[in-house]
Amino acid sequence: MKDPGYWWRKVQLLFGREKFAGDLEEEIAFHREQMAKELEEKGMTPEAARSAAMRQFGNTARMRERSHEVVGFRAETVAQDLRFAIRQLRKSPGFAVTAILMLMLGIGASTAIFGFVDAALIQPLPYAQQSRLVDVDESAEAFPRSNISREDYEDWKRMNTTLQSLDVYTGSGFLLRIGSTAEPVPAARVSDGFFHTLGVQPMLGRDFRPGEDKPGGAKIAMLSYGTWMTRFGGRRDVVGEKVSLSGDPFTIVGVLPRNFAFAPRGGAEVWVPLLDKPSCEQRRSCHDLDGVARLRDGVSLSQARADLQKIAAQLAIQYPTSNTGQGASVQALSEFIVGKVRPILLTLLAGAGLLLLIACVNVASLLLVRSESRRREIAVRGALGATPGRLLRQFVTEALLLAIAGCGAGVFAAVGMMSLLRSLFPKQIAQGAPFLDNVKLNAHTLLFAGAVTLLAMLLMALTPAMRLAVRDIHEALSEGGRTAAGRFWRRMGANLVVVELTIAMVLLAGAGLLGKSLYRLLHVDLGFDPTHLATVQLMMTDPASQKPEPMKALYRAIQARVSSLPGVESVGLTTDLPVQCFCDTDWIRVPGKPFHGEHHDVMERDISPDYMRTLGAKLIEGRMLTAADDESHLRVTIINQTLARKYFPGEDPVGKMIGDIKLSPKSMRQVVGVVGDVREAALDNDPLPTEYFSINDGPDAFFALAVRTRGDEKAFLPELVKTLRAMNPSLGVYGEVTMEQQIGQSPTAVMHQLSAYLVGGFAVLALLLGVVGLYGVVAYSVSQRTREIGVRMALGAQRSAVHRLILKEAGLLAGIGIAVGLGLSIGASVAMKSLLFGVRAWDISTLAGVAAVLGAFALLASFIPARRAARVNPVEALRAE
Amino acid sequence: MVYGSDIMAEKPELMPGTLDLLILQTLKRAPLHGYGIAQSIKRTSDDVLTVEEGSLYPALQRLLLQGWVKAEWRRTETNRRARFYTLTAAGRKQLGIELSKFERMVEAMGRVLRDAEEAR
Repeated sequence: MKDPGYWWRKVQLLFGREKFAGDLEEEIAFHREQMAKELEEKGMTPEAARSAAMRQFGNTARMRERSHEVVGFRAETVAQDLRFAIRQLRKSPGFAVTAILMLMLGIGASTAIFGFVDAALIQPLPYAQQSRLVDVDESAEAFPRSNISREDYEDWKRMNTTLQSLDVYTGSGFLLRIGSTAEPVPAARVSDGFFHTLGVQPMLGRDFRPGEDKPGGAKIAMLSYGTWMTRFGGRRDVVGEKVSLSGDPFTIVGVLPRNFAFAPRGGAEVWVPLLDKPSCEQRRSCHDLDGVARLRDGVSLSQARADLQKIAAQLAIQYPTSNTGQGASVQALSEFIVGKVRPILLTLLAGAGLLLLIACVNVASLLLVRSESRRREIAVRGALGATPGRLLRQFVTEALLLAIAGCGAGVFAAVGMMSLLRSLFPKQIAQGAPFLDNVKLNAHTLLFAGAVTLLAMLLMALTPAMRLAVRDIHEALSEGGRTAAGRFWRRMGANLVVVELTIAMVLLAGAGLLGKSLYRLLHVDLGFDPTHLATVQLMMTDPASQKPEPMKALYRAIQARVSSLPGVESVGLTTDLPVQCFCDTDWIRVPGKPFHGEHHDVMERDISPDYMRTLGAKLIEGRMLTAADDESHLRVTIINQTLARKYFPGEDPVGKMIGDIKLSPKSMRQVVGVVGDVREAALDNDPLPTEYFSINDGPDAFFALAVRTRGDEKAFLPELVKTLRAMNPSLGVYGEVTMEQQIGQSPTAVMHQLSAYLVGGFAVLALLLGVVGLYGVVAYSVSQRTREIGVRMALGAQRSAVHRLILKEAGLLAGIGIAVGLGLSIGASVAMKSLLFGVRAWDISTLAGVAAVLGAFALLASFIPARRAARVNPVEALRAE
Repeated sequence: MVYGSDIMAEKPELMPGTLDLLILQTLKRAPLHGYGIAQSIKRTSDDVLTVEEGSLYPALQRLLLQGWVKAEWRRTETNRRARFYTLTAAGRKQLGIELSKFERMVEAMGRVLRDAEEAR
């Protein structure tokens, strides 16, 4: 419609504003002069002519304004609005600061949580085409996902038709000797194509080549980036060097890139090919590997699953003793790695979102109160010719300004919150969650903050705008407008407060349930006394000492040496400490019971005679193991109550025998005692059937020590480590931690803690904001109704009746908020059921408790204005109008 | 946009949209300054049409932006500096359009008014 010249001239004028104004002034002056001259010619005195011309010329200010409007851009009026908005906000800094702080909190919290969601769920794995990567494992009745045996892996790799490649990995550990110092380092053994499958190229040197993982192959290793930097000084000539791993010389062939991380083996410093088969890998029935595969193009996850399940079924027929009941588990690698944190993150995101919503609603109602007190100003501006659109724009501009300031502050807050939250993860867990490194301000999080800000702005602009829309300017100008306006505001403000209280109720209920879960989790019956227990992991790295006799001697020596330390009450050795892992399982069979080849999975722990006493576990019947129980005598075992109940129902297990699937004579053991259930796996895992053998039966180079101390067990740890290191230079000593730390840092506890604390924090803020909102509404309502209250009192209403009147109003709002919130929170807690432990989603006592808390705060918030209402002096109230 | 609605009480108001037409038509004869334009319209219409200054200058800015008139500072006969507006080629074309538009409207109004007269 408008030709380019139009815009060109307009832009020219934009930069020539000074000249434009000057020209216009000169024209006006000339015009007036000419008019005066004309009037003078008609016989007026010069004085009179000038003033007549001035009068006739009219409102020059308005003319100037209109001329400027013609040549100005719309944006210039926006700038005007902005200047005005800034002036408005600076005039009431209390309001501005409160609003910006609230928005900062909401936007900051939700952006920070989104940072985690983005890192963990949206871009979880740092691999090429990560959506094609799958986690492949075997499955058994008790273990939906269990390790795969080396022979099964070799068959699966050969027989499958759906995988582009299938590779395996397993944990390991070496004593790394550099110069004169030797330190145990976590490591991983992988099949030759492992890195190729992940799509990872070494940054230095080369990858493992096909066939290099065969037994008897050359000893080669790759270093993780961190290890290369810290232990090898980042030397590029490290490739080709030999390094001593547990006494064996390995040639370093490559260094992994800096961004490489593989969560299931997050801490591994050294990566070696599978090579020789340890005893476990020589049996098809011993499962110690995990698989990772890349799907062939065009193959779906379910096709791959069906393919591998078919192969597993074939193998079960071919090798019935080892493979009966062994299926295949196939899931997306991302699901395996971040599946567990997904519900937590989504819950937290929802919580942060609710907090943001409540913050916005609060700011909106603050804006509403302001618009109420500014209604005269608005009416005057309207009467002076401001169009409703222009007035609306003023509100939008103010909301925009607040939202932008809140967003800016919120982004800063988010950065702080993200690093704070990241530091809350113990190192152990952080290694298994490499995505934590990606939690930072990036394009995604900024975009999210922007989107959230836009939504907040809409909400905040809409509320006063809606109010503006229904208002009549004339009504506002006249004082009589107060009643109608007051009613409108009461209704609108009341609705907002109900929303706030509802949200607060949902967050409080969620926090209550999560808090109760955490309490239940941390007070779960462990079956032992976790206080005053120091623990440490040990590893014999000298191959010559790994034989049974030297190992047994080592156990005895450690037992004797540590027991002699001051402050030590007792010392126990075990293969796996409690509350640590769902691992080391065994299949058992009870002679004389019907058996059809099914797998009775139980956990196996090898312990020293004093171990149970050291833990403080209870002996239920029979006896504990003694130093005399070793392979030279009749082989014995003690079992836990769950095993007794499951496999010896209604019988006395003491004196009964258990053995392996084939009941081979060598495997038969007599049950000599039953102990109370010790929680061996994660805190939220129900106790599992467990058998305890003597550690002397089959010595293991990897073991752990539990020491009960009389004094502070934490202060004892360094001495314990020093003593053990001094005993034998080939003994790797690592992972020293107190049992209470171990429990507190277990992934289950950390996740529960994190979600309970965060949602709890959100809930407290929501409660505060909601209650302040309620107070605001009730107090405003009281101030608006002063006259009405005065009339009531003048007509004989008692103070108590006025008190009741106000409390009733507040009670109604709080009641609706709590009731709606209650309904919604049951829905919300059902949705987060997977995060609850030992608490039902509709836990009545929790819901009733938080409803009572919210109710009490609401009462408190309305009590103050109610008292003020009851103190109204009727004479003053009536005179005030 | 309403022209001349501020002070003029007894004088007929300009019909909306006609101010641009009047200015363009006035400038067709010779370049004029703002005061000259107002005077010329007043004189030519025998004092019936008065262009209020508060409307004249914004209208001139609009025409300048559209490129229908040009403005330059010149000397008047009395050697006074004044801003003279000149019709451009585009303005001449626009004048034609506006004129025919106006004629159509007057014609239409005439028909309506005659109709009303007959019905009386």
